[in-house]
Amino acid sequence: MCAMTHRFESVEAVREGLAQVDYLSDDSIAGIAYLADRLGKPVLIEGPAGTGKTQLAKSIAEMTGARLIRLQCYEGLDEAKALYEWNYKKQLLRIQAEGDGVEWDDVQEDIFSNEFLLERPLLEAIRADDPVVLLIDEVDRVEVETEALLSDYQVSIPELGTLEAKQIPLVFLTSNSTRELSEALKRRCLFLHLDYPDLAREKQIVLTKVPDITDNLADQVARIVRSIRQLELKKAPSVSETIDWARTLILLGIEKITEQDAINTASILLKYRSDIDKVVKEYSSNSAAHFQASGS
Amino acid sequence: MTPAAANGATADRIESTDTLFELLQGFVQDLRTAGLPVSLSENIDAAIAVKHIPIEDRNAFKYALAATLVKNNSHWKTFETLFEVYFSLRGREYSLGSDGDDDPFDNPDYDPNEEGQDGERGMGEGGGQGLSPEELAELLFQALMKGDEQLMRALARQAVKRYAGMEPGRPVGGTYYLYRTLRNLDLDGMMERLMEQSRQEAGELTSLEERLERDEFESRIDKLKKEIEAEIRRRLVADRGAEAMAKTLRKPLPEDVDFMHASREEMANLRKAIYPLTRKLAVRLARKRRHQRRGQLDFRRTVRHSLSYGGVPAELVFRHPRPAKPEIMVVADISGSVAAFARFTLHLVYAISGQFSKVRAFVFIDGLDEVTKFFEGVDDITQAVHRVNTEADVVWVDGHSDYGHALEVFWDNYGKEISSKSTVMVLGDARNNYHASQAWIMKEINQKARKLFWLNPEPKAYWDTGDSIVGEYGAHCDGVFEVRNLRQLEKFVDNLV
Repeated sequence: MCAMTHRFESVEAVREGLAQVDYLSDDSIAGIAYLADRLGKPVLIEGPAGTGKTQLAKSIAEMTGARLIRLQCYEGLDEAKALYEWNYKKQLLRIQAEGDGVEWDDVQEDIFSNEFLLERPLLEAIRADDPVVLLIDEVDRVEVETEALLSDYQVSIPELGTLEAKQIPLVFLTSNSTRELSEALKRRCLFLHLDYPDLAREKQIVLTKVPDITDNLADQVARIVRSIRQLELKKAPSVSETIDWARTLILLGIEKITEQDAINTASILLKYRSDIDKVVKEYSSNSAAHFQASGS
Repeated sequence: MTPAAANGATADRIESTDTLFELLQGFVQDLRTAGLPVSLSENIDAAIAVKHIPIEDRNAFKYALAATLVKNNSHWKTFETLFEVYFSLRGREYSLGSDGDDDPFDNPDYDPNEEGQDGERGMGEGGGQGLSPEELAELLFQALMKGDEQLMRALARQAVKRYAGMEPGRPVGGTYYLYRTLRNLDLDGMMERLMEQSRQEAGELTSLEERLERDEFESRIDKLKKEIEAEIRRRLVADRGAEAMAKTLRKPLPEDVDFMHASREEMANLRKAIYPLTRKLAVRLARKRRHQRRGQLDFRRTVRHSLSYGGVPAELVFRHPRPAKPEIMVVADISGSVAAFARFTLHLVYAISGQFSKVRAFVFIDGLDEVTKFFEGVDDITQAVHRVNTEADVVWVDGHSDYGHALEVFWDNYGKEISSKSTVMVLGDARNNYHASQAWIMKEINQKARKLFWLNPEPKAYWDTGDSIVGEYGAHCDGVFEVRNLRQLEKFVDNLV
């Protein structure tokens, strides 16, 4: 079972480790990753799209040198896709290949063995010998009944018995909160709400992720994005869109963003027509400025 | 500098684990009182978690507690406030003292409990009380201009001390003190001065730059306001004790705020809350529609799948049922008292209009007008709702609600178009100003329509009192619902589809 060796020394160590793999954390992110390790509990990460929920799990895996096992959730996800499944086709072939004269008991024992078991992500994470990080992505997409499967460290297979975790993997569940998750799931997890970063952190993120950018431009980018997020939009720009935007500005050779630049490239930050229109309206100094879609 | 004696004592007590445990239990108790659902196992998790985090690291300690105790982001603010009240005033870290030494501004008096020390502390250009209002304003201006948070914090304390007029045992809430302090600081004027200054410094500002500067200053002023609020809270705690303070902090969540009695600030929060809510609802409804129980066996696809198992139908495939989409007619009273309610309901109904085959909207006061066209092909529902309020022709005689006449107009002009597919929703408090009720129209509508619902934003206890005749109309409806807040509205719409 789980030897009590901890992955992380201190909150500070988590922070530095994450910074080394280019993930800028803050007190709450690093603190919760540290606690998840110490308490052996899954972390439920909630927040708007594009704030680095999935990336956090990936970065933790990279930082600890663990293998990342990912389970992408979707409606209708069931045990067969999340835990394990018997390989029916192979079993059928095995039975047909046998011919006459073989005792049924032998066959039965044979076809319900490891060889015919298809491991799905959860089982794989539990049975792994090497260190793994399990990422259960967009858990809010599965039905409430399926949720219960997803936060346990053991799996029962009737034919094989109960399989317990060899080691407690670090588990991250992400949610875009399209629905309330069940109390039971929330109770079992540590909860982390990832929101859009504040000005300083967003600037740092841009500086790390876009190597050629000047401090000045990064500052301007972060400020404009913050200002856009304050408008009532259908979909506020996410961090990844901020980074894309900064890269575009570099490619276009822009060193100081003017209104016209901002308007011309708004389609990188915003994905809805009405949002773009709104921003253009807000930012044009006068009605003479017309919006033209940039790039393609 | 040393914390006040009283705090020093608590700081020492906090050292032992037992007291920390007790403190934590008290904290959890208060979280529950404030409406946060903290279960036993979460409580245990928190107790284990704090063992791994040194309490001296205030921030890490806070996040550790939050991770184990707060599982819903809308509870975060309550948690944070309570945490501050509960822990920041104890512990030796008592931030009033700790960062005082490296304060750039010659230590303006830091500790609210040490009124007597003002004079003793060297204050350079003037002690805490020695600052004139002009000097204070000037320093504040400088601090905001440079974004100097230390100085802002110090000045927030000064401002509270000077302007809030807090007296021990005075039975008024924190908002009163906040109002007094802010009124004296004149932050709007400050904003203009800041903008003026940065215009001068940069020469000419383009409108983009001007906007960004404004955003920056706004966020700094917001920070200042938070500091002031925090300071007022600190002082209230010092006066009344943490436990008493914690009780007064309970605030309704946005979805529980009453439509008819929302303050301006609450209204703004409501508007912010409604958008994510509609999106959630739309996703959930679309999913529900697709995933309602299995339909008939799909024979063709079952056979097709069985081929991969050598003809054994190991996987059965079913057809998805496609239930018919209802047609919705919303008839909303938009007179003064219930306007906000109508606005939110229209917003919500249109946000999920994909779930209906057709949505038609009518608004009335004493006349009635169809406003469906305002919503057609419009992406921005907020704007459409705004147009409804300004452009719709809803006044017939005097602009006081007349349900009877409005229903008459509705029945005469649009009655023919109600079919067995339509669901009709009437929104309003049914306060008819003692006009004729014309309840027979409701009966007629109910006979033609698939369903007829009445949504009333008034508390049930007030129904049928005074000029409210909801009972008379309700007799002919399939359901009359009390919808006072977003939560009830969401629930109703959820069931409607």
